[in-house]
Amino acid sequence: MATEHAVESVVVHHEPQSFWRRYIFSMDHKVIAIQYMITAGLMGLIGLVMSWLMRIPLAWPGESVPIVAKIFPGLFEGGVLRPDAYLAMMTMHGTLMVFFFLTAILLGGFGNLLIPLQCGARDMAFPFVNMLSYWVFLLSCLIMLASLFVTGGAAAAGWTAYPPLSALEKAVPGSGLGQTLWLVAMAVFIASSVMGGLNYITTVLNLRTQGMSMMRLPLTVWALFVAAILGLLAFPALFAGAVLLLLDRHLGTSFYLSHVVVGGEHIVREGGNPLLWQHLFWFLGHPEVYILILPAMGIASEIISNNARKPIFGYRVMVYSIIAIGFLSFIVWGHHMFVSGMNIWLSAAFTLTTLIIAVPSAVKTFNWLGTLWRGKLRFTTAMLFAIGFVSTFVTGGLTGIFLGNPTIDIQLHDTYFVVAHFHIVMATSSVFGIFAGVYHWFPKLFGRMMDERLGKLHFWLTFLGMYAIFFPMHYLGFMGVPRRYYGFGLLQYLAPNTQDIQLFISVAAFITGAAQFLFLVNLIRSIWWGRRAEANPWQGNTLEWQAPSPPPHGNWGEKLPVVYRWAYDYSVAGASQDFIPQTVPIEQEPTGEPGRHVPLPTVAATLSGDGNGKPLQNGG
Amino acid sequence: MERSGIHGILFALAVVVLVLVGVITIGDRWWWLPPLASVHGGQIDNLFTITLAITGSVFVLVHLLLAYFVWRYRERSAEQRAYFYLENRPLEVTYTLIPALVLTGLITAGTRAWFEIQGPPPQNALPIRVIGEQFAWRFQYPGADGQLGRFHPRFVSESNPFGIDPDDPAGRDDIVATELHVPLNRPVVAYIDSKDVLHSFFVPALRVKQDAVPGMTTRFWFVASQVGMYDIPCAELCGQGHYIMRGQMVVESDAAFESWLAQQPTIATMLGLSQ
Repeated sequence: MATEHAVESVVVHHEPQSFWRRYIFSMDHKVIAIQYMITAGLMGLIGLVMSWLMRIPLAWPGESVPIVAKIFPGLFEGGVLRPDAYLAMMTMHGTLMVFFFLTAILLGGFGNLLIPLQCGARDMAFPFVNMLSYWVFLLSCLIMLASLFVTGGAAAAGWTAYPPLSALEKAVPGSGLGQTLWLVAMAVFIASSVMGGLNYITTVLNLRTQGMSMMRLPLTVWALFVAAILGLLAFPALFAGAVLLLLDRHLGTSFYLSHVVVGGEHIVREGGNPLLWQHLFWFLGHPEVYILILPAMGIASEIISNNARKPIFGYRVMVYSIIAIGFLSFIVWGHHMFVSGMNIWLSAAFTLTTLIIAVPSAVKTFNWLGTLWRGKLRFTTAMLFAIGFVSTFVTGGLTGIFLGNPTIDIQLHDTYFVVAHFHIVMATSSVFGIFAGVYHWFPKLFGRMMDERLGKLHFWLTFLGMYAIFFPMHYLGFMGVPRRYYGFGLLQYLAPNTQDIQLFISVAAFITGAAQFLFLVNLIRSIWWGRRAEANPWQGNTLEWQAPSPPPHGNWGEKLPVVYRWAYDYSVAGASQDFIPQTVPIEQEPTGEPGRHVPLPTVAATLSGDGNGKPLQNGG
Repeated sequence: MERSGIHGILFALAVVVLVLVGVITIGDRWWWLPPLASVHGGQIDNLFTITLAITGSVFVLVHLLLAYFVWRYRERSAEQRAYFYLENRPLEVTYTLIPALVLTGLITAGTRAWFEIQGPPPQNALPIRVIGEQFAWRFQYPGADGQLGRFHPRFVSESNPFGIDPDDPAGRDDIVATELHVPLNRPVVAYIDSKDVLHSFFVPALRVKQDAVPGMTTRFWFVASQVGMYDIPCAELCGQGHYIMRGQMVVESDAAFESWLAQQPTIATMLGLSQ
């Protein structure tokens, strides 16, 4: 209890009053979550516009679009997007979407919002570091965006920034100051993500409230927790890689470079190998994919269980799967390098680990189906996005089995099949997780409800639209259409109808992209004029629904909540309602918590333990 | 809550339509791999088809199950109650083991084919050096000695665009070309180099893809099985002209190949050296 007092004295009694301390330089995890979400959302919006620009020449090669050219005069020439501008848009689209939108909104946004609320903490373990994390993130965004306006344009070596293209100024127009800023922005971004990650992990380990054992955590927290560990361990490898690349670029080292001739000019270096970058990049890059999908899985699990009014099927196996996926995600990176010239035995080893990781993913899918089975399914907008997540995760996951097989990858590598695969997983499944989460937890963000009618319209256009964009890309991949191509006029093996597919994809992308403005309208309207939310509008069990909407500074009023049961007591036989919040004592309502043979907590255990006999470490 | 069941029905319908579109377009091969023109490509296509059949079945089954559950268990009345059900160990073990077994099969088949395709080329394979540069492919054939002369970017100059070591005796009789001709039904081993940045030697019809890495030679061997002309697009982003980096491959009879080769310049003539 002493630690609890310490927390109270720090947080509750120092609630900031000035506008600046409250909303701008705030140390409140909920305000920081909103800051992260808005910033990341804006970055996502910019990334979306970039994808539109890329889709124009792919649908109408060589055709002039004077109206668009007028808006982006720096990128167009004679009304047509320039090839180097196409590469810059492609590079920045990938970078912004993967790091500055998805990573930032899932970990920075949902991690910040949900971890303290669902653990029953008053705030993050290190609120100041948390605030710093956001402002450093904002700085990295500004550096990255600034690179769009420098001479030579933004980085154009792809979001993977493979050297030598990214190392030599003459190799591609964006490889000048644009690429330098790209690397600096990434390094700053990584610093921010490490600060965030340390906070999320410490908070989950140390600030769970009384009774909240690890195996009572909602799957959202489990997923965010493991994703934060992945980020903390994997991002530094990219940081190191970025520093080495900066040295190669500016100080004449040869980590990635050997003697090459670019534009007729000899660049004399000795002994470096570009594969080193690929290893460092993908050592982050593959866990990164799971940093983006795990939180979305957690969100979908939580929302599906809540709206099926059923406990998540196989909770413990779900937890083990998250841990297994997290562990395995560190030893699969080489499957991005099957045709890179990497040792063929290494490829075989990475094949093994890659296909093994499909097993826990399959288990999770079947468990979601098991949760829907004999439920009482309520189709809120959040639920629609959550089951949309299941559908797209299955589709996108299955195509990974092709690419994880090195023999098949020989043909499919670097074709549109790969683009289809990772866009269905990252751009669709992860994004569906985000949308589901925003619709579901909006009351805890702003104290109001989002408009469900507009939300459902948004869901339908997005669900159908995403499939319309990305499903046909598999066919382009079958036909061997290479990715990152500005145009396909020279390739004779492509049937003329590939152009029709490109046109179809572009039109679908414009419509689906435009549908996102419905979400924007809904969001802005609901923040100010939405219906006021009650504390627990979805009849949920987890702790955040026991706090007011929106929760006040410090979340819980005078006393921290005490947890008596797991998060999934939905439709328990003999209960008075079809949900039982985690704070309801066992004496009042029955529980279906798996493996529960624990006697009711004694007074002593209540004071010193978590109710399961383990000492509770609350605060530091 | 307002009635939301209609969205369950719509979702089930949408998923069924998705499954139908997938099954018809893929099952009927509306869009398919380029016609096969190499021997090892048969293994790739087989594995591709098997994997497609397996993942396709899972795609259909899981989606139909999803559609059925969403339709069947949608909220219909206030009295309806969800069935409290925690877990089912035997079921969970089953759907862990079945994917694990299927994937073990795919891993075994995949790596076996991989080692065959990537293993050492036959002794009699014709060595050809493939050199990638922004934004073209160049090719070097051995002369009568059957050996390729040394390549290094430091030898690259205006008069020696191929970067072949002028002092390497093995290179003098080598033949250089900007189009790739290969004899039909004869093993060819491509040694792939780059002068500048990463490229990828991709021949879609032959199911060949291997990156060209500056500072390191990579290798891919194959047997062309169909006479014809094939594109060699670059499959690794290499700069502004990546999309116009296209080479041409010609697969022809031995005789046609030999007569074509005889007409191409040697390194010696190109550099003005004695044979």
